[in-house]
Amino acid sequence: MMRHEAYITGIGLSEVGVRLSRSPLGLTVDAVREALADAGLGFDQIDGVATYPGRMPAFLGFSPVGTEDLIETLGLRTRWHAGGGEMTAQLGAIALAAAAVRAGHARHVICFRTVYEAAALARPEEYPPLRRKEVDGASQWTAPYFALSAANWTAQFATRHMKRYGLTREQLAQVALNAHANAARNPRAIVKKPLSLDDYMSARMISTPFCLYDCDRFTDASTVIIVSAGDALDEVTGVPVRVAATAGSVDRYSWDQAEWAGAYATGRDLWRQTDYTAADVDLVQFYDGFAFQPITWLEGLGFCEVGEGGRFIEGGARIALDGALPMNTGGGQLGAGRLHGFGMAHEAVTQLRGHAGARQVAGAPRVAIATSGGGPMAAALLLARD
Amino acid sequence: MSVPRPRPKLDADNRAFWTGGAEGKLNITHCADCGEFTHPPRPVCRHCRSENVAPKSVAGTGRVDSYTVNHQPWMPGLDTPFVIARVALDDAPGVYLTSNIVGCPVDAVDIGDAVQVRFEQQDDIWYPLFGKAV
Repeated sequence: MMRHEAYITGIGLSEVGVRLSRSPLGLTVDAVREALADAGLGFDQIDGVATYPGRMPAFLGFSPVGTEDLIETLGLRTRWHAGGGEMTAQLGAIALAAAAVRAGHARHVICFRTVYEAAALARPEEYPPLRRKEVDGASQWTAPYFALSAANWTAQFATRHMKRYGLTREQLAQVALNAHANAARNPRAIVKKPLSLDDYMSARMISTPFCLYDCDRFTDASTVIIVSAGDALDEVTGVPVRVAATAGSVDRYSWDQAEWAGAYATGRDLWRQTDYTAADVDLVQFYDGFAFQPITWLEGLGFCEVGEGGRFIEGGARIALDGALPMNTGGGQLGAGRLHGFGMAHEAVTQLRGHAGARQVAGAPRVAIATSGGGPMAAALLLARD
Repeated sequence: MSVPRPRPKLDADNRAFWTGGAEGKLNITHCADCGEFTHPPRPVCRHCRSENVAPKSVAGTGRVDSYTVNHQPWMPGLDTPFVIARVALDDAPGVYLTSNIVGCPVDAVDIGDAVQVRFEQQDDIWYPLFGKAV
């Protein structure tokens, strides 16, 4: 194995739920323990920690745990760590860790994302909602118009796609239907009920064209991905999955100025980093905070022409578990819970290792893509089992 | 919408935008060297990097670039539904303003509709809103 390669060698997931009582730090420790056991590594072998977006004191439900919390709590002796929101979306933390191990700054890096948004809503005294007397930064251009949710911002991309390219609600529905069908085969998914097209079409609207089922829901969980250096693989027992390429780009940082989601620029850039092509990809895990976002990834990564994403998923057969391009095989965020990007990498590795049980994609898949971000920020990982 | 609008924090860069309505003006940061607009406002032109930038009053007409009808009450007391839109200004190429389209039924708005700015005062902030052009 080449030193100048990076591998995912362990994955971990805490209990996933809505309004969990276990603390966010406790959930993070649970996920770390599972990932270490999976990799066959001990705490003393960890020398790096990375996260997105780091602890946010003013918005603890969104991000309650940072690198320093984990380093202190577990007594880690790190040579390298990084955490912050100003990076290429959530999976950018894993891309950073891959760069760090390739450069020799660390050998085994814990990458984590902990979310506590459901519990925070129920316990506002401990986890106060984001309340500002005045808005500044990018928020000042949207919040004064009560465009308070990413649902409002993303919905406008979707409206434009409908008008310009003819995307229909029936096509959009396939993302949610596929997510629910796959979640039913994932014992750790928060959604347990199947969804019919009638259910979808009659659901209440959130922000047109998005109905309730187009939006992920607040979840409490921690996801851990361990990234290891290529020359440290003899220290692990878990099946390594190579980080074959990473990309992330920002066109306009402001949601309100971006012409489209960052998926397009990031998708083009990913293929510049590798000899693989879209035809080599066996399955995809596309960020689906909102059902429209996977359509932008399908187009941005060249699985179909720009504007053809709706027709590509028409009827849902192509993206089903037994389809030509299985998508969001664990249920995605719409079905498995809002793990905020890291769930995409977790599921991709699970599938490439053949560990996905009732939802395993047949034919021993070798190459997968995981993405995160649905606005101007975007990140993509190309993962390969050699 | 019955609850007060979130209030932008005024600073040297954004003051002309958020208070220009007091004089009936929609001010967008403009570069005297290259003629391009920079929005959100910054002290440097994002096109030619000149610092010779200043607020310029534009016509206040535009078209709906995209929109959504919001139905979710994100905060207590917020009346729904209402239209959130991204407006492309006619005479400031490349500038988009997120705003509300008011004065018409929510289902009367479509991409491409011509709109005209109108201001809504709340304390010392003059929020640029848009109505359909007559």
